[in-house]
Amino acid sequence: MSTAYNVIGTRPPRHDGADKVTGRAIYGADVQMAGLVHGAVVRSPHAHARIKRVDTSKAAAFPGVMAVVTADDFPQTPDRIVDLGEGETPLSYVRGNVLAKDKVLYEGHAIAAVAANSAHAAEQAARLIEIEYDVLPCVLNVTDAMAAGAPALHKESNVTDHVRHAMGDSDSAFASAAVLIEREFKTATVHQGYIEPHAATALWNNDGRVQVWCSTQGAFVVRDVVACLLDLPVSRVKVTPTEIGGGFGGKIPVYIEPVAALLSKKCGRPVRIVMTRREVFEGSGPTPGSLVRVKIGADASGKFVAAQAYLAYEAGAYPGGMVGAGAMCVFAAYDIPNQTIDGYDVLVNKPSTAAYRAPGAPNAAFATESVVDEIARELKIDPIELRLRNAAKEGTRRADGPKFKKIGCVEVLEAMKAHAHYAAPLGEPSHAEAKRGRGVAIGYWFNIGFASSCVISVNADGTANLIEGSTDIGGSRTSIAMQAAEVLGIPVEKLNPSVVDTDTIGYTAVTGGSRTTFATGWAAHDAAQDVVAQMKARAAKLWEVADVSFAQGVFRAGDRSMTFAELAARLSETGGPVVGQGSVNPRGAGGSFAGVIVDVEVDTETGKTTIVRFTSVQDAGRAIHPSYVEGQMQGGSVQGIGWALNEEYWMSDGGRMMNASLLDYRMPTILDVPPIDTVIVEVPNPSHPFGVRGVGEANIVPPTPAIANAIHDALGVRLRKLPMNPPSIVAALA
Amino acid sequence: MTLNGEPVEFLAEPRQTLLECLRDTLHLTGTKEGCGDGNCGSCCVTLDGNLVTSCLVLGVEAQGRSVTTIEGIARGNDLHPLQKAFIEHAALQCGICTPGFIVAAKALLDAEPAADEERIRLWLANNLCRCTGYDKIVRAVQAAAKEMR
Repeated sequence: MSTAYNVIGTRPPRHDGADKVTGRAIYGADVQMAGLVHGAVVRSPHAHARIKRVDTSKAAAFPGVMAVVTADDFPQTPDRIVDLGEGETPLSYVRGNVLAKDKVLYEGHAIAAVAANSAHAAEQAARLIEIEYDVLPCVLNVTDAMAAGAPALHKESNVTDHVRHAMGDSDSAFASAAVLIEREFKTATVHQGYIEPHAATALWNNDGRVQVWCSTQGAFVVRDVVACLLDLPVSRVKVTPTEIGGGFGGKIPVYIEPVAALLSKKCGRPVRIVMTRREVFEGSGPTPGSLVRVKIGADASGKFVAAQAYLAYEAGAYPGGMVGAGAMCVFAAYDIPNQTIDGYDVLVNKPSTAAYRAPGAPNAAFATESVVDEIARELKIDPIELRLRNAAKEGTRRADGPKFKKIGCVEVLEAMKAHAHYAAPLGEPSHAEAKRGRGVAIGYWFNIGFASSCVISVNADGTANLIEGSTDIGGSRTSIAMQAAEVLGIPVEKLNPSVVDTDTIGYTAVTGGSRTTFATGWAAHDAAQDVVAQMKARAAKLWEVADVSFAQGVFRAGDRSMTFAELAARLSETGGPVVGQGSVNPRGAGGSFAGVIVDVEVDTETGKTTIVRFTSVQDAGRAIHPSYVEGQMQGGSVQGIGWALNEEYWMSDGGRMMNASLLDYRMPTILDVPPIDTVIVEVPNPSHPFGVRGVGEANIVPPTPAIANAIHDALGVRLRKLPMNPPSIVAALA
Repeated sequence: MTLNGEPVEFLAEPRQTLLECLRDTLHLTGTKEGCGDGNCGSCCVTLDGNLVTSCLVLGVEAQGRSVTTIEGIARGNDLHPLQKAFIEHAALQCGICTPGFIVAAKALLDAEPAADEERIRLWLANNLCRCTGYDKIVRAVQAAAKEMR
């Protein structure tokens, strides 16, 4: 791009690469320590039931068992509203989700836990805990949960929140529309599907301090939740994040860490709990299923005059789901003067929903982008052209309030239009019963800022250590270090990044919201600038001059110069170590737009859809490490393909998940997807020193509608319910 | 049994899987457990040269046999071409599935150095990755295959 950078935009190997290809990297379940014992959790087999009695005596007497805990072992502090990094919520809800007390609200809801000297003994003992239930009727989707007289999870109504965004007068404006399309869409509950199950080890020290080692997207969130539930000051809890085997939002909530700590308190030994895959499906995540109605009116030129949306999202077992974000994103890609958006947060007897990559946005975009496709066909306007005529730009106001700063919606659409894929022939179907089609869609995610801290200390050999608090979920050690290296004028290989525990670095919010390269990168930039300022002062002292300049890794004053490494070697004689720090809490995370062009082939006999060609386009603002940006786009695309075609929580009427294994919960394999082509668009974010927007999420928003639009192009039928699996396609063709 | 070329002796309970023995008894935690029922491929090792998911093999079945894990892929301090290629081609994000993919891909390329993209995808269809979308994994295996030939 235009600005000349030395490090940014290059593709260096990641600092933790060797550890991760040799098996040396320590993930959640790999933590070993002297005296370690194993925990197992007892979970509800019922989706909704009153707990009448819990008898742990047989488990406690089982050979090898060292501790048994239930919800009664939590300090019974009075209920209050807490903000533990994910918004305000009653303490009783956080506590109740970790260990249920009076009622279980979903199958897999944790009730008790056992620690024993082997994992097998713990499992066996857990089965000996006797729990008597009074089974209650359950609700498993928003329609049933919102119906009059529906069984209530908490209070009288399962609708716990209603958000409304409105501007202009959409009802009147629909009158001027030449085309008016209103449709209803349903999306299934899906899981984030990280390959590493949740794992945590806790040690309640003899000095009253609690240490936790766990796989998490937010070590400080774990610290704050553990401290809150155990009624300890945060200073008494130290959380060390291990390497993390995927999260996608699902490793922000805290499940087993406080339980391991309670068990450790009782037995005096470090306790490790590792979820099974079934527990991951039934007791963590998922992201909400939803019902969305979208109505859009356009004039004869294709200009959208008004839009309305109704979004009802599953919250799961506790209030506070993803509908707010869905309501922010549903029409965010378009400049529509008259809008009314209603969102409902609805309790159902499923696990408390967790974020999943642009949480809430794909559900909404599936509806909006399908309707936009219908309008394009109705008006016989090219679907990218129609989107360009309505695309959000700098200054466009969203119905939820903010006006966009500089954004890349138009640039993403232009890149899609210009891509060879869009002009390429579809190719012949592979057999007589197969049909091919092409679809496009775009999507938006707002990204977040939040707090991050970095410390950089300079070594005498011209290298520097970078300390940070953001768990590295996909190469962020390197994308953050690159920003520091750019400022310091040294190669990124000379930076030595470490992700550290909550005692060792300032507060850093979760690795999520596409914020890590944006905000922690910004903190690293500031820490590096602090280093440069201090080193300039050292050079000034050495040379006895007032002003020293610094560029391209060289300090200069008049005709004198020193490289970063030369000056680094002389720090001890000029005043001692140089340690720079940066801490930020930025607003102005630049939102990111993404687009997809997809070709599908549908077998009309079996209903199977094959992705033939897939192109993902995204505005990165500035791509710090282009390979990792492409990787985010490809990963989000394939998760979107799974969401579109196969993935769902398949529930029995009684609320049991029937497909809680990786065989039956069918995530895409390497054989299910084609190469994913990527186009990185760079419309720099004016609010970030290097223009970074964050790229983790927007890419998962457009795949589901793009695939639905492609299936329509192939078959002439519209599927408005996810997943669009073979039975739904066969049924739609019947 | 022989583990990564060296003889080892240990006691396995009849109910312990090879995966548990490797991780909990022998402390080789590079082999990962993603599902425990053979559906994710994170625990891939080779048993007498054959690729297996170690969560579906009992520890006692490994008696007298030769097991290679991710810890046995590099030659001393030199990374195997597959390991280098995974880093160079950004074929890992979180890295939890990476040991399984590398062990599985090595088993393929040792037997079929000329494997093409279709063959690579077919062979690796037992290994799940949720981060990368697989694209860069295919490129990395292809690059390593070229390097190894």
